Amino acid sequence: MKIGKNSWQFNQGVYIQSSATVTGPKEKQGPLGETFDYSFEDLHCEASTWEGAEQALLTKSIDICMGKTNMREDAIDLFISGDLLNQNVTSNYVARNIESPFLCVFGACSTSMEALAIGSSLVDSGNCKNVLASTSSHYSTAERQFRYPTEYGGQKPDTATTTVTGAGTLLINNEPSDIQIEGATIGRVIDYGMNDPLDMGSAMAPAAADTIVQHLKDFGRDPSDYDLILTGDLSSVGSPIVKKMTEQSGYDMEGIHRDCGLMVYQANQQVFSGGSGCACSAVVTYGYIIQQLKQNKLKKVLVVATGALLSPTIVQQKETIPCIAHGVVLQRVDV
Amino acid sequence: MITKDNYASEVKKYQPKPKLLRNCIKAFLVGGLICAIGQGLTFFYIEVFGFTEKTAGNPTVTTLILIAAILTGFGVYDKIGQFAGAGSAVPVTGFANSIASAALEHKSEGIVLGIATNMFKLAGSVIVFGAVSAYVVGLIRYLVEQFL
Repeated sequence: MKIGKNSWQFNQGVYIQSSATVTGPKEKQGPLGETFDYSFEDLHCEASTWEGAEQALLTKSIDICMGKTNMREDAIDLFISGDLLNQNVTSNYVARNIESPFLCVFGACSTSMEALAIGSSLVDSGNCKNVLASTSSHYSTAERQFRYPTEYGGQKPDTATTTVTGAGTLLINNEPSDIQIEGATIGRVIDYGMNDPLDMGSAMAPAAADTIVQHLKDFGRDPSDYDLILTGDLSSVGSPIVKKMTEQSGYDMEGIHRDCGLMVYQANQQVFSGGSGCACSAVVTYGYIIQQLKQNKLKKVLVVATGALLSPTIVQQKETIPCIAHGVVLQRVDV
Repeated sequence: MITKDNYASEVKKYQPKPKLLRNCIKAFLVGGLICAIGQGLTFFYIEVFGFTEKTAGNPTVTTLILIAAILTGFGVYDKIGQFAGAGSAVPVTGFANSIASAALEHKSEGIVLGIATNMFKLAGSVIVFGAVSAYVVGLIRYLVEQFL
C-alpha cells in the first residue's frame, strides 16, 4: 500500500526466509569476515575470466540461499537480480541456469534494495509467492569497466572507493519468519553537479539524504525509531555529508547512522575511503545485519543502498553524476 | 547550510585533500631511483658489453621495459604506482606498465581482438602526443635554423 509520497508499506506481511552472502578474500579478512556464508580464496573464484568469477559469486550465493531452505527451485516464482556490468551480464548469464521467470534491474550500487523493494511489493500484492532477490559485484570487473586495467599503476585519490567482491541473495515470501520487510521508499534521481568518478561518496550523499528524509516523512517517523539507519557505500567522505544534510532537514541521525562501505573493510586494508559496489550493501545487510536481527540485537533497521548512475563514456563527455538511493525497512518480529 | 548551488564548495571540507608535498617527494624519490637504475644499466652495458654512451640507451630502455612488464605481471607495479604516482608513471617503466596491464586485462577476449586491439588503449594517447609534439618541435627547429 502506498504511504506518504514515495513509499510502500507491505501490510500483508513479507518475510525473509533465507539469506546468503558470498565474498572474495579481502572481504573475508575484514571485520565482518566471519559473518559471510562463503568466501573464495582468490579473486578468480575458480573461473577463467573476471566476468566468470562474478557469475561464480552470484551462483554460489543463490545455491547457498536455496540450500538453507528445503524449497525446490521450481517453487521460485521470480528471480530479480542486477549488477554493475554493461547489459547486466552477470545476472542475465546466471539466470540462464535458473528455471524461474526473471526480472533484471539496474540501480548501480542501489540494486540490492531496488531488487528487494520490487520483490517485496510483488509478494505483498500476491503476484508472487516466493521471490529470490540478488545482486553482485566484483573488484576486477568493475575496475576494468569503470576505471583502468587492474594492474595499471595509476595513482588514485583518497576519495576513491574499493569495489566489494561478493554477492548476496535473499529468499522472501509471505510465510511469517523472524524478519519482516515492513516497507520501502523508492528514491528519486538526484544530481548535485558532482563530476568526479573517483569521489562517489560526495556525489551520492544528497540522494541518500533525500531518500532518508522522504522515508521519515512518509512514515511519520524520527531517526530514533530505528536502531540503525544503514547507507550502502557513501564511504568516509559521503557519510558525514549525509548526516549533515539530514540534520539540516530536521532529522538528527547521530549515533544511528552507519555505512556498509565503512563496515566491510578494516582501515588498514588499503581501501581508500571504504567499500563500494552492489555487493557492498548486500553482503553487509544479508549477512551481519540479518544475523543481528535474528539474535534480537537489532529490532528495526532502515537500509538505504546508494547508487551512482554513471558510465565512463558520459563522464568523459563532462557530464555530472546522477545518483539514486532506495530504502527498505527490515524489522525483527516474534513469531 | 548545504544546498544544491553551494554543494561542491560546502562538501570540500569532507573530502580528504591530496597530500601534494608528500606525493611530490615520493614521486621525486621513486622517479629518481628508476632513473638511477637506468643510469646503472647504461654503465653496465658500456663497461661489460662495450656499448658506447650513445648506443647503450637502447638496451637500457629495453631492460627497464622488461622489468616493468614483469613487475606488472606479478601484480607489483600497480602498488608502486599508488605509492609513487608520477614518479613511476612518467619514466618509460610507466609506459610499459600501461601497455602490459592493458594486454593482461584483455587476454580473456583473445589475442587479436583482446590483447592486440587493447594494448595501446592507455599508451595510445602518449604515442599520439609524443609524435605530434616531436613534429612541432622539429618544425620549429627547422624554421629557426633556416631563418635565424
